[in-house]
Amino acid sequence: MSDPILSVRDLRVTFDIKPSGAWPWTPHKSLQAVGGMSFDVQPGECLGVVGESGSGKSTIARAICGLAPVTGGDVLFEGESLLSMSPEARRHHRRYVQMVFQDPLAALNPRMTVGEIIAEPLITHEPKLPKAEVRKRVQDLMERVGLLPNLVNRYPHEFSGGQCQRIGIARALILKPKLLICDEPVSALDVSVQAQVVNLLKELQKDLGLSMIFIAHDLSVVKHISDRIAVMYLGRMMEVAGAEALTSNPRHPYTRGLISSVPVPDPVLEKSRPRAVISGELPSPLDPPSGCVFRTRCPITREACAGERPAVAQVADGHLVSCPYHQDNAFGDVVQTA
Amino acid sequence: MSLLQIKDLRVEFQTGDGAVNAVNGVSFNVEKGETLAIVGESGSGKSQTAFAAMGLLARNGKAIGQALYEGKDLLTMSRKELNRIRSNEVAMIFQDPMTSLNPYMRISDQMAEVLQLHKGMSKKDAVNEAAKMLDAVRIPDAKARITMYPHEFSGGMRQRIMIAMALLCQPKLLIADEPTTALDVTVQAQIMELFGDIRKEFGTAVILITHDLGVVAGFCDRTLVLYGGQVMEEAETEALFARPSHPYTRGLLRAVPRFDRKDEALLAIAGEPPDMSRLPEGCPFAPRCAEVRDICQTAKPVIAGEAHRRACHVPTEELSHV
Repeated sequence: MSDPILSVRDLRVTFDIKPSGAWPWTPHKSLQAVGGMSFDVQPGECLGVVGESGSGKSTIARAICGLAPVTGGDVLFEGESLLSMSPEARRHHRRYVQMVFQDPLAALNPRMTVGEIIAEPLITHEPKLPKAEVRKRVQDLMERVGLLPNLVNRYPHEFSGGQCQRIGIARALILKPKLLICDEPVSALDVSVQAQVVNLLKELQKDLGLSMIFIAHDLSVVKHISDRIAVMYLGRMMEVAGAEALTSNPRHPYTRGLISSVPVPDPVLEKSRPRAVISGELPSPLDPPSGCVFRTRCPITREACAGERPAVAQVADGHLVSCPYHQDNAFGDVVQTA
Repeated sequence: MSLLQIKDLRVEFQTGDGAVNAVNGVSFNVEKGETLAIVGESGSGKSQTAFAAMGLLARNGKAIGQALYEGKDLLTMSRKELNRIRSNEVAMIFQDPMTSLNPYMRISDQMAEVLQLHKGMSKKDAVNEAAKMLDAVRIPDAKARITMYPHEFSGGMRQRIMIAMALLCQPKLLIADEPTTALDVTVQAQIMELFGDIRKEFGTAVILITHDLGVVAGFCDRTLVLYGGQVMEEAETEALFARPSHPYTRGLLRAVPRFDRKDEALLAIAGEPPDMSRLPEGCPFAPRCAEVRDICQTAKPVIAGEAHRRACHVPTEELSHV
């Protein structure tokens, strides 16, 4: 295996929370959004990250881009630590890691034209580039992402959600990044348009040889686009495996519950398949359970789960599970493939 | 007689940019105890259809047509009569449980209000009844938590409270407008299971408005597909998923990534949903349709059929099989 393009090592992100109505001397609470995540992204690979709201999946994306307060661990981009780098070197590296955001309209400045929006990163990073060249690159890219280049002087509000997301993708790609981080890029879009954007991202990834981190809560979409999938819960990694292995042979009880909760658009299958609904709701991240964070909702929990944080076990090549009892089949077979 | 009959319903909004036709001649029936899914993308008119029937349109909106509840037209009814039917006979659940509960009122007060108003119960009896209902929607420790405020509950719990509130007067029809869209998938599974139990326990008919075809597949007897404010296809859910006969339904089903099987590329529907203030003259789906013919550009297709209704100029046999 070649060297990973991005390595995240025991990453921790902790937010400082001021309790409401606190005195100035009241100690602040801390919210650990990400508690020790490690993973690698190989060149040309798409890593999917799934989890429910509050699982810390967006925080990871922001931490990699330097937009969240990292309190421990390290992020290595092509072997170099992004966190201990000088601001200048960091600025230089920023162009290689670009991000696409969830809300396509909110992510675009309403007072800039589409051309200005797409060109801005390029002008920032290469201020000496002649104007004609900038214009040419913007128009080429607009065509590439499926926008008519003659729309270059329009404003974001004149576009639909799907088109705005294309603009967002173009802006992220203008610097020819090596790693593209997509944070819920299709969850605000309608089904028919969602498929267009997913196909576009897949195509771009293949053609440009991009590495990609694709964050979403929709397991079906993530499975479709990813080579490998990481499942997160309350800031911890539960399971990582190849997309096929994870979906056909999930080992962690949370992954199994998550998969069984995903509705399948097939009435015959949907009405007959066994269901293992996970009871309860996500505990407060301000006060996470001790030991394994999933134990309060876990169907196979035992006393030992409250003690130590479970170690990560390798069950197959590249298939990591953070549950010592993953052999327990209390759930039965929740995965059915047509 | 059907529980609810919607006949040629049209909804028009007067806006600064001219008239917007959100719903253009929608007709369907809901029988007693049945679950009907209304599926469509944003702007397809699925919520406005329900809002119009319940007299909840925004002030600039106007509903034309008929919405017969047990034979009585909800659209021409006096406000007093309508209020008696709303919540007593027909109840509604909204997408965002935070914005539809009153943040200033305790859950006990909000829920008791319904019973005091509609059943003339005393406050004490009403609160007791409300606590029982919270129990029924599986809120743990309901008696103690009923005096809490909405913000003290999580999203899933708030949605359970909404459902409990809607069920207080044991309505015959429950309209749920995207009830699980704002929820996580594990909580969604819990809520859908709850809906299933409620249907069995109370025999309530349900109209489920959603964009999620997976939820429809698991829950609904019949499915109505809307696009551009018109019914494209309607059939028993199993028949619709197994033999979709409208190009839009087919496109929609192919555009969703399936968890249970491996699909190479998603077959997206080209183009964007229509601008409702400038709908095409003919079929609203014509600009995006792969099977489009000349007639589709000029004439609106008429919905036809008995058990499996469809609105398309192209006969099913002549559609290309992909």
